[in-house]
Amino acid sequence: MVELSLPKNSQIKPGKSHKAAPGAKNIRNFKVYRYDPDTGDNPRLDTYEVDMDTCGPMVLDGLLKIKDEMDQTLTLRRSCREGICGSCAMNIDGRNTLACLKPIEECSGDVKVYPLPHMPVVKDLVPDLTHVYAQYASIEPWMKADTPAPPTAERKQSPEERAKLDGLWECILCFCCSTSCPSYWWNSDRYLGPAILLQAARWINDSRDEATGERLDNLEDPFRLYRCHTIMNCTQTCPKGLNPAKAIADIKMKMVERQG
Amino acid sequence: MATSPQTSLRSPLGRVRGLGSAKEGTHHWWAQRVTAVALIPITAWIVYSLLSLAGGDYIDYLGWVRNPVNSTLIILLVAVGFHHAQLGLQVVIEDYVSGHALRVVSVLAVKLLCAALAALCIVSVLIVAFGG
Ligand code: SF4
Ligand code: SF4
Ligand code: FES
Repeated sequence: MVELSLPKNSQIKPGKSHKAAPGAKNIRNFKVYRYDPDTGDNPRLDTYEVDMDTCGPMVLDGLLKIKDEMDQTLTLRRSCREGICGSCAMNIDGRNTLACLKPIEECSGDVKVYPLPHMPVVKDLVPDLTHVYAQYASIEPWMKADTPAPPTAERKQSPEERAKLDGLWECILCFCCSTSCPSYWWNSDRYLGPAILLQAARWINDSRDEATGERLDNLEDPFRLYRCHTIMNCTQTCPKGLNPAKAIADIKMKMVERQG
Repeated sequence: MATSPQTSLRSPLGRVRGLGSAKEGTHHWWAQRVTAVALIPITAWIVYSLLSLAGGDYIDYLGWVRNPVNSTLIILLVAVGFHHAQLGLQVVIEDYVSGHALRVVSVLAVKLLCAALAALCIVSVLIVAFGG
């Protein structure tokens, strides 16, 4: 059954406080979720006083300042720091987003930072993405065609056919959407979730791909696809402004279309 | 997650592929939409009829049910309504009940209950409609 309260060993305890250097005038509190599997302790919420006069504008700048200057044990993922790699997805101020694109200014009160919801936590802000990556592999995200590519040219698309991939190719697989989806929380063992279904749509809509029917066959399932109830959390939270709910609705319409 | 990585040595991809796709689900989803749309006019009709019957006596109601158009529409309301309810409740159970056995039993119980209630309503309408 659905569990509405956290299991005992996941309950968050109050954590440590880290003061800013004396003389700091413009202080913002960061409240950051900490969990270390090696200690066996419960997760805790640490408070860091960040001196905004010497800090960049984004939440990621704040977290890196904490890591560099205050507490090296803080663990997080990041790479591009410009919203293109998807590594720094986390729950900031109650919403899943990319730390590198989220201005500290936009947070209300203390800057509250948690890992993506409802995923196993490896450490601190790093969720275990093994399962969702396996789900990605399961939709076979590559071009499938029996017709050989022209030996001296690329496979062609008309501008209209190419336009069908807009709103899909931009996805950076950050999983902000999937981890905001209640259906994915309850049934992620079988439901593929918005990120993976949007990726599936990206291949279903590709005019060069010849496995459209096979792809639809693999999604035709009460759990893999039809756990989506158009709750729209995914679309609301996507930091790239994409619309996974619409991509899923399009897949469902194709399922109906091919029935008669 | 229901499948914890610690309890199985099966590969993550193997677990995700599981038993494969059920190759069904579209019919259920589509039927839910179609019954929802069908219920709009029938519900409007029943609300309108009951309002116009308000204050009537036994004979008025009896005459109303015995009109073949009315009895047909009542039976349609019951059949479509319970079918829709059963489809919707199945979704709720599949969302929130995670054990396989419990889920299957609950879905079957709900379907049985809805079918029985629908049959009871339809038989009642027929008895009134054809009754002496
Ligand atoms: S659809 Fe948006 S939120 Fe979801 S994985 Fe892609 S970029 Fe991230
Ligand atoms: S629209 Fe579908 S995928 Fe998006 S949050 Fe809702 S149930 Fe999840
Ligand atoms: S660091 Fe690459 S998306 Fe934020």
